[in-house]
Amino acid sequence: MNLLLVFISAAVVNNYVLTYFLGLCPFVGVSKKLGPAVSMGLATTFVMTMTATVTWLIYYLVLIPLNLEFLQIVSFILVIASLVQLVEMFVRKVSKPLYDALGIYLPLITTNCAILGLALFMVLKEYNFIESIVFGFGAGAGFTLAISIMAGIREQLDIADVPEPFKGAGITMITAGCLALAFMGFAGLI
Amino acid sequence: MTVITILYAILTMGALGALFSVGLSIASKKLSVEEDPRLIEIIDLLPGSNCGACGFAGCAAMAEAILKGDMEPSSCPVANSESIEKISKLLGLEVKEKVRNVAVVLCRGDRKNQKKKAEYIGVESCLAAHLVGGGERACNWGCIGFGDCVDVCPFDAIYMSPDGIPVVDRDKCTGCGKCVEACPRNIIELHPINRNVFVLCKNRDNPRLARSVCSAACISCGICERATGGEGFKVIDNLAVVDYEKYTKEPILPTDKCPTKCIVIVGDPEKEK
Ligand code: SF4
Ligand code: SF4
Repeated sequence: MNLLLVFISAAVVNNYVLTYFLGLCPFVGVSKKLGPAVSMGLATTFVMTMTATVTWLIYYLVLIPLNLEFLQIVSFILVIASLVQLVEMFVRKVSKPLYDALGIYLPLITTNCAILGLALFMVLKEYNFIESIVFGFGAGAGFTLAISIMAGIREQLDIADVPEPFKGAGITMITAGCLALAFMGFAGLI
Repeated sequence: MTVITILYAILTMGALGALFSVGLSIASKKLSVEEDPRLIEIIDLLPGSNCGACGFAGCAAMAEAILKGDMEPSSCPVANSESIEKISKLLGLEVKEKVRNVAVVLCRGDRKNQKKKAEYIGVESCLAAHLVGGGERACNWGCIGFGDCVDVCPFDAIYMSPDGIPVVDRDKCTGCGKCVEACPRNIIELHPINRNVFVLCKNRDNPRLARSVCSAACISCGICERATGGEGFKVIDNLAVVDYEKYTKEPILPTDKCPTKCIVIVGDPEKEK
């Protein structure tokens, strides 16, 4: 039950994009089409889950025993950067079209603040190992959820009759805002 | 913070870094993508200057397009004919002859020849000067002299003469056309390297006005037109132009007949045939 709570809290209630406004860059950048958006979500989910796992191990097995908590951020960034490299190689190997479609946003997962945020929150909330993995996976699922909803809406917006001044970035921001408002409805659930 | 802590910190970060880099290098071997070996070869054969004159982000992107057949090897304006030939051979394409283009500065209005009309104090850029008042030189058609063209050339092929007129080094020039775009007066043009006769002036004002601003301006006297019987030079809109269709090699030419010496042989006709 506890694990389910952790998952739902990370994925929906405290959605990284729509509640904390972290990771907006890929959220806006890759949400033009549903296909790449979902793939981006999955890639991010993978990186998030792995990050949560590896950073937990590093934090509790290395940094704490050695009294090196202040190295938190540096070492977390190291982990994230390496994982993103791994994902990049993997995507390139498995699907070149996807690699091209994700383009610059793939390496940008490295600087996606949602991921560093995740690792830091994980420490703050003092999750145990299993909870951390679920937490990372939940955060990734939440990101995928948000970016897919956004991409779906934006695909519809392409054919919708948007007033001239709102076209492009304008309506995207408004949509993101409305989504965030909708997600505020979950606040306080957990 | 004690020394021990610092030591531990360094060691830990070092160990972590080493661990990840080993992991990544193993992964990069395992996950390496098979690339068409020809792609690498094409990239090597292209000039590698990444100037963007072909319209792609760089030589690698262009190589991909060539490999796919979207572009011709000769669409790289910078590559010399030898490497274009090699690329074509590599892909089994027909080799297309290409005469190299080089930039020609069609103006002789340096500080000696061109009069000064004002003192210009401002951003030292031809474009800026052109926009505000045309700079300090008197001719509204000719070189402004701040060297925007020199600044953009990625190959160091164009430099300013001591008197302030750009000179193209025809050996170094690759014909990429950056200077052509940069010049706000449009006095630089690309021409096949085997063209050696040019009217080095763009002034279309009437003869008297042209003469009054620059001693090397074309005064549309028509001597060149008459001397070639209209078969090579024509005066159009107060400016002599060379008709390269008719004006092939011989007979050279009324360069010495031109009273302001604005018809000039550029480069070395013997070598560049
Ligand atoms: S910028 Fe002009 S002078 Fe320089 S290489 Fe290109 S065409 Fe030649
Ligand atoms: S850009 Fe044009 S005007 Fe400026 S120095 Fe070069 S040739 Fe002259």
